[in-house]
Amino acid sequence: MKLPESVDRQILFEYLLRLGDERLVLGHRLSEWCGHAPILEEDIALANLALDLLGQSEALLDLASQVEGRSRTPDELAFLREAIDFRNPLIVELPIGDFAFTISRQFLFDVYSRLYFEKLEASSFEPLAGIARKTLQEIRYHHRHSRQWMLRLGDGTEESNRRTRRALDELWRFTAELFQSDDLEAGLLSSGIAPDRPALFEAWQDEVAGTLAEAGLQLPREEHRVSGGRSGQHTEHLGHLLAEMQILARSFPGASW
Amino acid sequence: MVSPALGDEAAVLRLLSSIKDPEVPVLNVVEMGIVRRVELGDRETVVQITPTYSGCPAMEVIEGQIRQVLEDSGLPGVRLKRVYAPPWTTDWMTEEARRKLRDYGIAPPARKQELVQLDEEVSAPCPYCHSIETELRSAFGPTACKALHFCRACCQPFESFKTI
Repeated sequence: MKLPESVDRQILFEYLLRLGDERLVLGHRLSEWCGHAPILEEDIALANLALDLLGQSEALLDLASQVEGRSRTPDELAFLREAIDFRNPLIVELPIGDFAFTISRQFLFDVYSRLYFEKLEASSFEPLAGIARKTLQEIRYHHRHSRQWMLRLGDGTEESNRRTRRALDELWRFTAELFQSDDLEAGLLSSGIAPDRPALFEAWQDEVAGTLAEAGLQLPREEHRVSGGRSGQHTEHLGHLLAEMQILARSFPGASW
Repeated sequence: MVSPALGDEAAVLRLLSSIKDPEVPVLNVVEMGIVRRVELGDRETVVQITPTYSGCPAMEVIEGQIRQVLEDSGLPGVRLKRVYAPPWTTDWMTEEARRKLRDYGIAPPARKQELVQLDEEVSAPCPYCHSIETELRSAFGPTACKALHFCRACCQPFESFKTI
């Protein structure tokens, strides 16, 4: 694997973990709906979304593994790291809540995800740009799906509207983290590898506000912001998620079927 | 021993055409566009393959079958390499593949340039009665690559291959 010049291997590895982890954790969350969604078509849809996210995370963790160059496989990265080593933003690890919560999170994430990967397609690190182009094909389907549900839930019954408002209120404080940069990403931005996160915020807010207005919902009030996931400071929910996700791989090392 | 018939890429592709996609068993992995290229060396045979969808569980099965078929034919050092760029698109599916899909009861994907905007809802002509009086029921079907539709003309639910 040819690494981009003037970039530290460990920094690039860390960045790829961020991208891979957010999709791994959200994919696992969505998979919890399998067999429990309100209608059959939606059960299938959520499982499909989960599968796409897991596949995307596999591609990203595979690249991370090659960059790290210490022969840790993507599976080992997914199943043998502790919560403190995960680099996902907090919003993706929150429990699934009710259907309105799951869809609202998905919508907020999908809009961010689309904007982010549209920029990542132009990354100067060619293997990453290639994965971004593949991923974007799928993100567009995801975004269309969650947006349509936001319109139905917001503009549906009094109860669906109330639940969706409540979900957005709960989620809002976690959204700012998606657009926060730090020294690590500032360095990768200057070498053309990573997109400029803060620069995406305005477009994200405009698009979210537009859909919410169409759905008869409002942007929640600005609140106290919570972040820390990318530096390993997680909510208590991640440990529980990992316990379930990792138990098989940890109990039966090397198991296959 | 390497059989002389397998001396070039075309011959290897013909051999790989015997492998069907386990989720769409009327199509083989070459006409699907999953096998991108084959490099034949003295000591190594590298097959570049590309996933249709990132999380498609059929990929692992397909990879196993490709390896098996090539090793059985005596090719040396078979290695599979997943490539993501350029991303797989349904535009790579041959006309023959589209016809087979339709005959099998799955509406084939549209050509990308035929779609004004990919973000729009897309319905598909009914593979049974060919009516265009159809509706999209769900953009997500039993496999990652398919969507669910309903034909109002013949009252038949059907699947389509999603256009990506």
